[in-house]
Amino acid sequence: MMFRIAVAGNPNSGKTCLFNQMTGSNQRVGNYPGVTVEFIKGYADFSEEKVEIIDLPGTYSLTAYSQEEIVARDFIVNERPDVIVNVVDASNLERNLYLTTQLLELHVPIIIALNMVDVAEKKGHTIDADKLSAILGIPVIPTVASRGKGLDKLEAACLQIIKNKTLPKAVTYSHELQHVLPELTEAVCRYPELCGNFPPRWAAVKLLEDDEVLLAKMKELESASVLEKELQAAKALIHAHSNEDSATAVVEARYGFASGAAKEVTHMSEVSKRMLTDHIDRIVCNRILGPVILCAVVYILFEFVFGCAEGNWIPTSFTFDSFSSPVGLLETFFEWLSSLVNTNIATPWLQSLLSDGIIGSVGSVMGFVPLIFFMFLFIAILEDSGYIARVAFIMDRVLRVFGLQGKSILAMIVSGGLGAGGCAVPGVMATRTLREEKDRLVTILVAPFMNCGAKMPVYAMLIAAFFAKSRGLMMFALWLISWALALCCAFFLRKFVVKGEQTPFVMELPVYHVPTIKGILMDTWHRTYMFIKKAATIILAISVIMWALMYYPRLDTAPMTKGIAAAAENLRQKTAATPYAVLFAGDELDKTIEEADNPGSIQSQEQLHKQRKAFVKQLELYKADENSKVPEAVVAFERFTKQKDVVVNNFAEQQLLHSFAGRLGKILTPLSEFAGFSWRENIALIGGFAAKEVVLGTMGTAYALGRDTVDKPEPLSKIIQHDPSWNKLRAFVFLIFIMAYAPCIVTLAAIKKETGKWRWALFSTAYSTTLAFILATIIYQIGLLFY
Amino acid sequence: MTLSDTKEGDVVKVVKIKASSAIRQRMLDMGIIPSSEIKVERYAPLRDPIQIKIKGYSLALRVSEGNMVEVEPLA
Repeated sequence: MMFRIAVAGNPNSGKTCLFNQMTGSNQRVGNYPGVTVEFIKGYADFSEEKVEIIDLPGTYSLTAYSQEEIVARDFIVNERPDVIVNVVDASNLERNLYLTTQLLELHVPIIIALNMVDVAEKKGHTIDADKLSAILGIPVIPTVASRGKGLDKLEAACLQIIKNKTLPKAVTYSHELQHVLPELTEAVCRYPELCGNFPPRWAAVKLLEDDEVLLAKMKELESASVLEKELQAAKALIHAHSNEDSATAVVEARYGFASGAAKEVTHMSEVSKRMLTDHIDRIVCNRILGPVILCAVVYILFEFVFGCAEGNWIPTSFTFDSFSSPVGLLETFFEWLSSLVNTNIATPWLQSLLSDGIIGSVGSVMGFVPLIFFMFLFIAILEDSGYIARVAFIMDRVLRVFGLQGKSILAMIVSGGLGAGGCAVPGVMATRTLREEKDRLVTILVAPFMNCGAKMPVYAMLIAAFFAKSRGLMMFALWLISWALALCCAFFLRKFVVKGEQTPFVMELPVYHVPTIKGILMDTWHRTYMFIKKAATIILAISVIMWALMYYPRLDTAPMTKGIAAAAENLRQKTAATPYAVLFAGDELDKTIEEADNPGSIQSQEQLHKQRKAFVKQLELYKADENSKVPEAVVAFERFTKQKDVVVNNFAEQQLLHSFAGRLGKILTPLSEFAGFSWRENIALIGGFAAKEVVLGTMGTAYALGRDTVDKPEPLSKIIQHDPSWNKLRAFVFLIFIMAYAPCIVTLAAIKKETGKWRWALFSTAYSTTLAFILATIIYQIGLLFY
Repeated sequence: MTLSDTKEGDVVKVVKIKASSAIRQRMLDMGIIPSSEIKVERYAPLRDPIQIKIKGYSLALRVSEGNMVEVEPLA
């Protein structure tokens, strides 16, 4: 059987760094059953011996304070790893040893990795590891995880302990505790179901500490009253002796043990140096400079993430004269894949399913990957360096008013809070830095209100059509409204949905340090990979459903084919006498159309090719200047292509109207009219569930019907502008609705992944769509009174 | 006097924690226990939260939480 090692320690003790050094890239991400706490497992060879290493969540204590703490202690006693490696930050010995005493209480084999001894030395502290080992009765190995120092010794010590199965001595507490513990332990022993796999003495201590999990368990016992009486007696005795309540007495006793040990093994140089961290904090947390620096960091974060993902910096030729962006490259790849499908698969439904349904959706998910990757990369740097905690410190007061927390600001900014694009998918994922479950949930639920990049094209179109003169003012208003919406919703969600007291904000401001490249990259990769793995499957399924809704049922294509044939016949009659007639006969017509759209694309017979080239040149001349003298045939062809487009567009719209989505859009009209939306907007909005970009395309199709575009092909913004049913009010209402209604499915998948429950993804869709509709209706109805 | 009544640069000693269970447990775990020494480093831009130095490390807590920590000045 493979040996199992669990790594435990305080947050910021270098625990994950040590874990990465021990396992290398051989890691896997998993979840604890029933909880959203993620854990990472890794594998390593210790002198020919294969071992499994589990990275437990970083905790300060093992009470029932947070899910992480419960998970960590349950894992240790129920899964019985062969040895616990307790990573102890040597530069912060006392508080780290506090956790160590709690691990010792669990009475399992433990080794201490005395980490960051270099930082302690910089601080002016030298620590005697052998002495510490003697006091605690367990091996203590000095390490510098970031540079891989001390790892061989640690591995050897692990094997040694596993072989000998050495258990640590019991912790000696204060006098008062030692006095009551034997009796209480004995009492607890009578209730094996209370302890489970935990040692009875531990259970007794936890009862004195008012541990919620154990108290709940005690209440379930049949003869709870007997034990309860004994517990009360013990508590009273402690209170009488120490004038403290028992929980404080227990913690004091542990800290007494920890600080005693720390003092005895630490040798301080004469002047304990004021550390670099204190100097940095003096600037970074400064009342005036702090917010300024925060603004700068947030701005850089934004520029970095979107600049790296969407900026053109990857050379696409060896001569370095053309560049593309990661997102652009992925888009090009999926377009290429899609065209491959289109040219090789003839069955229309299969072609559409593959290229629009599957490749389209997988492509759109993959398009998010660079964004997510760079966002995680930057956040990991901020987190590992220690800056995130300062962000929380500076912003907490402001965001607390709305039931959010200092760190929420990062998620909001990444989601598009700067008003110039962004994306809710990495935004939702950026809430990882929030340890408080409730604050995190509320942040996740309001981040999608921010104006993400996908909403921008729709905004741009409507603003161009109706608010062209006050473009900047309108964008500013939309930015302001999105923040107001998010903060108000946060306030009400916290009050009525995610109820409960505000979680305490007792947070360590860790020592700054330069993050290791390896750690950052591994962390980023893990998080990105988890997104791809989980989100891709969900998104694929929903996208196929969305595709089917917009594609089925099909209309008969015969009228369209007939219409095109009639136009072609007309063209042939008009040009029969011209030298170009041969280009419009039978199959040649298709080639001519393609050549006209894409000059130089056709490789046909030499003579025909020459003729076609000449024709296309004439056509281009005609397009450039309608008054130039050109052959009749060119004019006729141009008229033909426009007629053909009208036929195809009309069919596309009729098909859209005929589809399930179209019918749904029609059914919803009586309701949506309150907000001023016609069936065309409804279909577009339904399509927008898949991705907000879809809104524009679908509207384009929906507004193509019955429009005589033969003489004047118009962009959508012009069509809407001249449509008598549209006006500034409708445009504004539509803008607000787009901003507020349901997050796109990729965001939903991210919400599901981050909250662990479909319930929240569905809730997010329902409440934001309802809110959007109510807002739109109110604005529209009030607007009608004045407009 | 509570922790929230202190000024930047003050050095105080914890007397008692008057908080309810979860918050108290958290404070105790983080080292805010009777007779431990606290140096008030600074207040955040809006005078909340407070940054303190305790047991050799930096800790931030809200003013509302600082109100629950009774302290006395260390001469």
